[in-house]
Amino acid sequence: MKKTGAEIFVESLKQEGVKVLFGIPGGVVLKIFDVLHQQKDVEVVLTRHEQGAAHMAEGYAKATGKVGVALVTSGPGMTNIVTGLADAYMDSVPMVAFTGQVSTNLIGNDAFQEADNVGISRPCTKHNVLVKDVRDLARTIKEAFYIARTGRPGPVLVDIPKDVSTEKAEFKYPDKVNLRGYSPTYDGDKHQIKQAAEEILKAKKPVIYIGGGALFSDAAHEILEFAEMTQIPVTMTLMGLSAFPGGHSLSMGMLGMHGTYWSNMAMHYADLVIAVGARFDDRVTGKIPEFCPEARFVHIDIDPTSIRKNVEAHIPIVGDVKTVLRQLNVVLRSMDGNQREIKELRRPWQKQIAEWKQAHPLKYHQDEKSTKPQYVIEELYKLTHDKGIIATDVGQHQMWAAQYFKGAKPRTWLTSGGLGTMGFGFPAAIGAQKAYPGELVVCITSEGSFQMNLQELATAATYNLPVKIVLLNNGFHGMVRQWQDLFYDGRYASSYLGKIPDFVKLAGAYGIRGLRALKPAEVEPVLREGLKHKGPVLMDFPVYPFENCYPMIPAGAAQHEMVLEDPPKLTKAQRGRVAKKKPEEGEGVLPA
Amino acid sequence: MERIISVLVENKFGVLARVAGLFSARGYNIESLSVAPTLDPTTSMITIVTVGDDRIIEQIMKQLNKVVEVLKVVDMTETSYLDRETALIKVHTRPEHRDEAMRIADIFRAKIVDSSPTTYTIEVTGDVDKVEALINMLQPLGIKELIRTGRVAIAREAKVPSRRESQAAKA
Ligand SMILES: Cc1cc2nc3c(=O)[nH]c(=O)nc-3n(C[C@H](O)[C@H](O)[C@H](O)COP(=O)(O)OP(=O)(O)OC[C@H]3O[C@@H](n4cnc5c(N)ncnc54)[C@H](O)[C@@H]3O)c2cc1C
Ligand SMILES: Cc1ncc(C[n+]2csc(CCOP(=O)(O)OP(=O)(O)O)c2C)c(N)n1
Repeated sequence: MKKTGAEIFVESLKQEGVKVLFGIPGGVVLKIFDVLHQQKDVEVVLTRHEQGAAHMAEGYAKATGKVGVALVTSGPGMTNIVTGLADAYMDSVPMVAFTGQVSTNLIGNDAFQEADNVGISRPCTKHNVLVKDVRDLARTIKEAFYIARTGRPGPVLVDIPKDVSTEKAEFKYPDKVNLRGYSPTYDGDKHQIKQAAEEILKAKKPVIYIGGGALFSDAAHEILEFAEMTQIPVTMTLMGLSAFPGGHSLSMGMLGMHGTYWSNMAMHYADLVIAVGARFDDRVTGKIPEFCPEARFVHIDIDPTSIRKNVEAHIPIVGDVKTVLRQLNVVLRSMDGNQREIKELRRPWQKQIAEWKQAHPLKYHQDEKSTKPQYVIEELYKLTHDKGIIATDVGQHQMWAAQYFKGAKPRTWLTSGGLGTMGFGFPAAIGAQKAYPGELVVCITSEGSFQMNLQELATAATYNLPVKIVLLNNGFHGMVRQWQDLFYDGRYASSYLGKIPDFVKLAGAYGIRGLRALKPAEVEPVLREGLKHKGPVLMDFPVYPFENCYPMIPAGAAQHEMVLEDPPKLTKAQRGRVAKKKPEEGEGVLPA
Repeated sequence: MERIISVLVENKFGVLARVAGLFSARGYNIESLSVAPTLDPTTSMITIVTVGDDRIIEQIMKQLNKVVEVLKVVDMTETSYLDRETALIKVHTRPEHRDEAMRIADIFRAKIVDSSPTTYTIEVTGDVDKVEALINMLQPLGIKELIRTGRVAIAREAKVPSRRESQAAKA
């Protein structure tokens, strides 16, 4: 029997097992929304902005490992998701975005709400297609989902003209894809794996450097086995956090610009670095010529372009993390059964790392007067521990969350790393909560980022998605202010936010519970109360505005040149200057 | 170093834009570009001449391979290959220069494909050296207009070994 394009669309989504999509209707997609409205298998979450829809799809995908889906209209609907597409592309998030398009006979005529959706999204999608004929729709959707989730995952855009959604065609969902130009490599090369194993057993100062690829590949189990068998310390990128238990004795926490001192020192002095689904981002390497000067690199990555892009790979292994580590673990087991010997061999190195850790642990000073942001995060961690999912926005709060949360379960850490999109956290948390309605989902944010997508409070309220928002309110674009402190003589150019809304009242306006902790002693009780609350809740924590995030590798410096605290000569003078100037009349760091 | 890269792609809408966009987005050079369908009408061959050090070329090859509609990428410069390009050169020909222009064309086995009282249009096909040499020779006469197709390349078949080579192999 023939079906309309809109019906084919919905049937195809069902075949893909899609349970929910995020979006906003408009002229050219009304037919599709109309069909969606008349069935129950695929739920529609109506967001308040298309950017919100895109990040919700990302949050859903990151938390579940399934493909996230967004559906928006042509023109402004599409342009509003571009940030979400670019974010998903940078962080390899599997997502399919459907955009409406003007009817095929109008394309190119500057028709109402026409935009070149495929052209605009080309540089920020893994793949994109304009469907010109309803008979191609089912196959295109099948391919889109396949491409989004296989190999190095990423966003795919499917552009559907209005007439394609109304015209009819025979519907048969293909059971196989046939893409002759696309076949990701999963198995690692045996010879390379053997060579890697030999170097791993010989190395005296090895480090395992884990990235987002380990999570996409669901390789937590294999990594744990690999690290324990070889007794090699593990560090994670911002995107790799939660792939290895943060509390494990071999975990060194995050590396890179705001990573721990000891993981960066370990990298700097390592003789062998095993990169596992990580792409040697500049936030990790610092100054490339001085990056890991003594190390040889084993680099496991499914995407050949990641290998030797920034850093030489002595043993490149193209393949899927889980598959390759399984192969590697087998070889390692056959080559050396003697656990005691390995432990002996690694002991001096582990001792050295422990010394670095002891010398410069993460630290901050909490007094009785003003709340330190790190304190809120530590208290939150004490209360939630291994429970729940954390989504963050972008800035200092993101880095503190990365430092103090020791994720234990994969896919419980959702953050925007590659694009660093302020406004990502809250909608991503909503997406994750939609996937797991019964789980604790916390969004750690700050007033700058939060105000970039706070309209989604209405979405959380409408669907009663009980996201817990922890807002570290420092009145500044804190991360920018920190750079201005360190590199611009404390001139706070456009980083002071001035008037800040009363977030408790704001929450109330949306029918959401709002709480505030005005002093350190109130932090824990407010967190307790907020976490206990059944529905969504916004907790506002006015914090000390001038706290800077350390340790830090300044831009252009090498890994071992970490700055550990505020340079003494800068602090007082600058703060005095700012304190004299601000807050001005009617403005304030604390909400009125 | 200059490289000639042959990219076999699906003959579909938007593929060229994706390939060209990849070069511009990542700051790679395109010196010349030519596209046309192959024997199999569902595929096209894109021939790109680019420059870059080994690391950049390696990235270009990998990035091209990553495009879903790209079926095959070959760095022709790594193999033994033939490359050709065609140029159409319109030269000014004052009466005293018409013979000279014809002689130059002859030397390069180029053809005069159009003529007017004041111009010749000369067509030449050959490798880059030949085309450039002809252009240089015609320069003094005054070139009015020059159009080049960009280069295309094809791999040479393995040579039949010479008698001495096959004897050496036997020994
Ligand atoms: C304010 C701010 C500060 C930051 N500071 C830091 C910092 O201090 N430290 C830090 O680490 N980052 C930091 N980042 C993040 C940084 O910008 C990068 O996003 C991050 O380092 C990249 O992580 P990754 O290497 O794990 O790569 P990802 O972007 O997660 O890429 C994953 C890699 O794995 C590969 N892959 C995917 N699937 C598979 C598979 N199945 N098998 C094998 N391989 C696969 C991909 O091809 C890719 O190469 C910061 C970001 C912001 C916004
Ligand atoms: C959309 C967007 N615009 C600008 C930036 C640049 N930027 C990075 S961090 C930051 C400040 C973040 O401020 P806030 O959300 O208040 O977090 P804080 O650093 O204070 O914790 C800015 C403006 C960005 N990352 N994303």
